[in-house]
Amino acid sequence: MTHTFLSKRGLGQPWLIFVLALALPLVLQSFGNAWVRIADMSLLYVLLALGLNIVVGYAGLLDLGYVAFFAVGAYLFGLMASPHLTETFPLIASLFPDGLHMSLWMVLPLAAGLAGLFGLMLGAPTLKLRGDYLAIVTLGFGEIIRVFLNNLDYPVNITNGPKGLGQIDAVTVFGYPLSRRLDLGFIELPSVTLYYYLFLALVVVSVVLCARLEHSRIGRAWMAIREDEIAAKAMGLNTRNLKLMAFGMGASFGGVSGAMFASFQGFVSPESFSLMESVMIVAMVVLGGLGHLPGVILGAVLLAALPEALRYLAGPLQEMSGGRLDAAILRQLLIALAMITIMLWRPRGLWPTPEHGKNLPTVGGGQA
Amino acid sequence: MDVLLQQTINGLVLGSMYALVALGYTMVYGIINLINFAHGEVLMIGALCSWSVIGWLQPLLPNTPGWVILLISMVVASAAAAALNFAIEKIAYRPLRHAPKLAPLITAIGMSILLQTLAMIVWKPNYKSFPTLLPSTPIALGEAVITPTQIMILAVTAMALAVLSWLVNATQLGRAMRATAENPRVASLMGVKPDTVISATFIIGAVLATIAGVMWASNYGTVQHAMGFLPGLKAFTAAVFGGIGNLAGAVVGGLLLGLIESIGSGYLGELTGGVLGSHYTDILAFIVLIVVLTLRPSGLLGERVADRA
Repeated sequence: MTHTFLSKRGLGQPWLIFVLALALPLVLQSFGNAWVRIADMSLLYVLLALGLNIVVGYAGLLDLGYVAFFAVGAYLFGLMASPHLTETFPLIASLFPDGLHMSLWMVLPLAAGLAGLFGLMLGAPTLKLRGDYLAIVTLGFGEIIRVFLNNLDYPVNITNGPKGLGQIDAVTVFGYPLSRRLDLGFIELPSVTLYYYLFLALVVVSVVLCARLEHSRIGRAWMAIREDEIAAKAMGLNTRNLKLMAFGMGASFGGVSGAMFASFQGFVSPESFSLMESVMIVAMVVLGGLGHLPGVILGAVLLAALPEALRYLAGPLQEMSGGRLDAAILRQLLIALAMITIMLWRPRGLWPTPEHGKNLPTVGGGQA
Repeated sequence: MDVLLQQTINGLVLGSMYALVALGYTMVYGIINLINFAHGEVLMIGALCSWSVIGWLQPLLPNTPGWVILLISMVVASAAAAALNFAIEKIAYRPLRHAPKLAPLITAIGMSILLQTLAMIVWKPNYKSFPTLLPSTPIALGEAVITPTQIMILAVTAMALAVLSWLVNATQLGRAMRATAENPRVASLMGVKPDTVISATFIIGAVLATIAGVMWASNYGTVQHAMGFLPGLKAFTAAVFGGIGNLAGAVVGGLLLGLIESIGSGYLGELTGGVLGSHYTDILAFIVLIVVLTLRPSGLLGERVADRA
């Protein structure tokens, strides 16, 4: 894997990054748990960006409704691990007298599977569409899912509508609920740090999966479709199945991330799954470097952590402006400016795929 | 009251506003293949500018009829929005014309967020009530009613469409636009300056969006920094619905979308026995869109184009 992910002229050895990633929450938690939370959310976004990268980066299918799969995963876990279903349906309550509780090992495959199924559902009618037609249909799909989540509290209360689902269980790993702080004797790990390690493990697994996928027969076929669908078809690739597979696989990452989000927050509501969220995930993938794993990770971390970090930096700026600009507005202003300037400065993303044969020396030298 | 007639009128009014915005999307798309995500925000800036101008003019000219003030504000706001859209294209899209296709999409998204934020700073985030400048007594039309504002919307849209079709079909600029849309390189060999044409397209798009924005504001009575999102999204849907890049398609798509939404919201509850209420209207449009695109992958009026390699 070393040769595919993080080559030596990049940020250095992968193990070094891994050690840094392991140590990060221990440093951050001394500044307060809020910082670890930011790291947690960034990892979830990395997971989302990795999934979307399969669809947009590898297969070249612009998906503007990716957050729908995130929502599917989140609501799946929300329904399966909160008292909502047993309270609403006496039948379920009688079947599960202790309430529905799900272990991580059940949730992960279920969320991946269900979201993948939704991915296929989205993919099937859109196979013939290209480019921007696809973009609007996926966007519509995302909105459809959100509107249903918002309104399915009537006639039968399934999603609890705009109020959302609360009291969602924490993830339990080997019988240990992650909501409890872990005392290792020499150091105490709060709940957020434990979640961090769980998410980090998921990200590592996903990165390995993606890197393997990228260089597999399937990955190469996706890239062939991205470059020229007609030529790919002429080479005997079954473009229909491959595109469906890209949608399904990309979606399953979103589902897993969503389930983790639900348990991490303990609460889900349709508000978290707006169109803007989908757009931001696309921005992460493109800003980082479409189809290039380190770039995608960089983009996700940057766009997820930057706004949160700016929340703390915006205070002084706010005082400078005499309180006219509140922190949220300033944050938004800086994100927008960052998106525009980064794209103008590096149109192929911050850390794009090194192009083979084309302008090799310049690309190799200028890595940030 | 006749529900069908009433909802048809409402739908036509809504649809004509969608059509105006959709034209802006479709013209830009036709020429530079970019989904201009910031287009809805141009509409919002136009509406907010016009609100400011009205607020400034009203005490200044107390005896002037409302429609004159509305007209003046629309002209001023159009000029402002046109300048803005011209600048946006120059700053955020032009340098990326030969970049990978998704790069300008991201700057467009960035622009959209930026404009909303700037509007929030300049005009404050609260909802502002847009003054009623036209008489508000509805006029009976058979079993249904239509307000003077709605009549104005239909009339102004018809006029804007007539002017636009003259501009595109009968002027030199229009011919240059059509040529650039067809093939920018060949057009430039024939002496057309693509940069000028593209700037002109953005300016025309901004004017149409402002007209739609001012009418949207007078119809719903409020303006706010986030008001561009919904018309932007719906108009984009309408443009794709009709076949993106096709001007007649944008108008047809806009009108149909407005009619579907309006008639749908009138009957959805009744037809499904109250199970699906009118809050499903928004997705009705998308479901129709998905069905249409499944059957006709390039929209209602879009021609089949060969994929560009």
